[in-house]
Amino acid sequence: MAIKPGFLSKNPSVLVFLLVLAAFTLGVTLMSEAYGAGVVSTSFVKTLGKTLCLCLIAIAMDLIWGYTGILSLGHFAFFGLGGYMIGMWLMYARTREIVLGSQGALPPTPQELQDAIATQIFGVVGTSELPAIWSFAGSLPAQLALVVLVPGLLALIFGWLAFRSRVTGVYLSILTQAMTLALSLYLFQNESGLRGNNGLSGLQNIPGVAADQDHLSIWFLWASAGMLAAGYMLAAFVTSGKFGSVMRGIRDDEARVRFLGYSVESYKLFIFTLTAVIAAIAGALYYPQAGIINPGEMAPIASIYLAVWVAIGGRGRLYGAVVGAAFVSLVSTWFTGGRAPDLNLGFYTVKWVDWWQVLLGLSFVLVTLLAPKGLAGLVDLVQGLRHPNRGGDPMGPGDGSLREEEAVE
Amino acid sequence: MSGTGTLLEVSGISVTFDGFRAINNLSFSIGASELRAIIGPNGAGKTTFMDIVTGKTSPDEGSVLWGEMSQNLLRMNEAQIARVGIGRKFQRPTVFEDQSVAENLLMALKAARAPWRVLFWRPGAGDHARVEALAAQVGLGDALERKSGELSHGQKQWLEIGMLLAQEPKLLLVDEPAAGMTLAEREQTTALLVDLSKTRAVVVVEHDMEFVRRLNCKVTVLHEGSVLAEGSLDHVTANPKVIEVYLGR
Repeated sequence: MAIKPGFLSKNPSVLVFLLVLAAFTLGVTLMSEAYGAGVVSTSFVKTLGKTLCLCLIAIAMDLIWGYTGILSLGHFAFFGLGGYMIGMWLMYARTREIVLGSQGALPPTPQELQDAIATQIFGVVGTSELPAIWSFAGSLPAQLALVVLVPGLLALIFGWLAFRSRVTGVYLSILTQAMTLALSLYLFQNESGLRGNNGLSGLQNIPGVAADQDHLSIWFLWASAGMLAAGYMLAAFVTSGKFGSVMRGIRDDEARVRFLGYSVESYKLFIFTLTAVIAAIAGALYYPQAGIINPGEMAPIASIYLAVWVAIGGRGRLYGAVVGAAFVSLVSTWFTGGRAPDLNLGFYTVKWVDWWQVLLGLSFVLVTLLAPKGLAGLVDLVQGLRHPNRGGDPMGPGDGSLREEEAVE
Repeated sequence: MSGTGTLLEVSGISVTFDGFRAINNLSFSIGASELRAIIGPNGAGKTTFMDIVTGKTSPDEGSVLWGEMSQNLLRMNEAQIARVGIGRKFQRPTVFEDQSVAENLLMALKAARAPWRVLFWRPGAGDHARVEALAAQVGLGDALERKSGELSHGQKQWLEIGMLLAQEPKLLLVDEPAAGMTLAEREQTTALLVDLSKTRAVVVVEHDMEFVRRLNCKVTVLHEGSVLAEGSLDHVTANPKVIEVYLGR
């Protein structure tokens, strides 16, 4: 990606965002147990690192929904697939270390080694065969490539089928929900070769790295912050030029874009695949911090949450998506973590663990109805950039111009 | 200039919507630099005809051939048809209201349309100059940075005409250009259309007879989905069938 001089000056929000992100990362590092005062616990560092990954997938969602107007409710499928792809290597390589460590004096033959690994990993689902999809699990570069290739290919095929038949609007949203549900149900089966409902676990241990979790969590925070910065710049680049104009054009009037000679379907497919890859990379960074992945992560509700974050944050601008994802997921962690004090109404005690969903749903409805620009709309308020409300019909000012009734006749 | 050969050749097209025959065995052709007005009462099939030529609707039968190579337009989608050089102006102004006048014009400017090319495309000095010239031509020279949603109805019409010019089409299909315009703007529009037709084909769909008279060109009268009469305005208005359809209502 070539950023010409002046890219940052033309997109001031990018510079502000990068500075805030750098300050945040530095601040957390200096307060961490590994590198600083130890004020912030390692588990909270992990929460923050995961939140950065969620911000990255929110950017992907904003590109596809906020800018292009395609309400995809299936992007967590790509997020989860990315997690699975990296999880396979983490689990395989870690198991190999354990197997090698517990061997006797004679080194095992490759076949023995693989059987031992397979027994370790798949004993829980009652087999000791290594499924074919684990063929590359021993190679980190191969699995890293698959992080991009598998979700990218799925998005390409799904998008090609859906966009080619010009499925739009709510029908496309339903299709994407069906996709993520189908994938989740498939992975729940033991036969899918990814340990069924057990999922992959122990992902927080990085094979070949001796460091403890205190340090690892900070390294992953850095990696997540770096990837978020890269994703933000990429998204700013994609949306800044004529490509961004076409994206917003597709959102507002896709037929008109077609008559300008742009192949709307190719653009949709391009953006769908690009955002799927961004989501997959976010997932590949998220799950090593979470430590475990199972098919429940790809349940349809996850992708709906994603839409809620972006809506609350403010779609159609990149920092809105980031703010929404960070704010809602952190508040959600606080409420569901049992740390929020119960609200005693006298006749009824509101336990936030149960009522948080209701609160979130209500805020979503209220934001959609009352503040469609979401939290990011506050920035406009501060800058005094309220858009003029023209009101009335957009007819000409001249006395001789036709009135609307005549014009639409 | 590609000479005086036929640019667009439509022959024997018919289309039916839910049993209603919107276009019935219609044939039409236009040369490479010609101005043509299509008139007809409401429901005569004017807009459907444009939809077929631009690929929005596909006919049940008939053929639509384009250019010297006689390309079959029925095999192409809307975007491909737009890229071979057919530009369309809609009845209601359809501009991208959320974007500035300059962004609207840049998007329409003749350039590569493939996603990869567009992604790395950045306007050069020549492109900016072209956008400024186009904006000046349609009277929006000092409104380049304004959001097009803020423009008046007439200005939006002009912006759309500017976008059409930016595409540099070989054939312009213009649907009721005079709607919502002041008398002065109408005269300007007439002059522009006549001027444009010197270098390309222009088809104007209109049911304002006064406007058509000012265009001073060959007229095709549509009625119930097929051609009722063709010729100069005086010729067709003298046709008893046209009088019956137009004045008898």
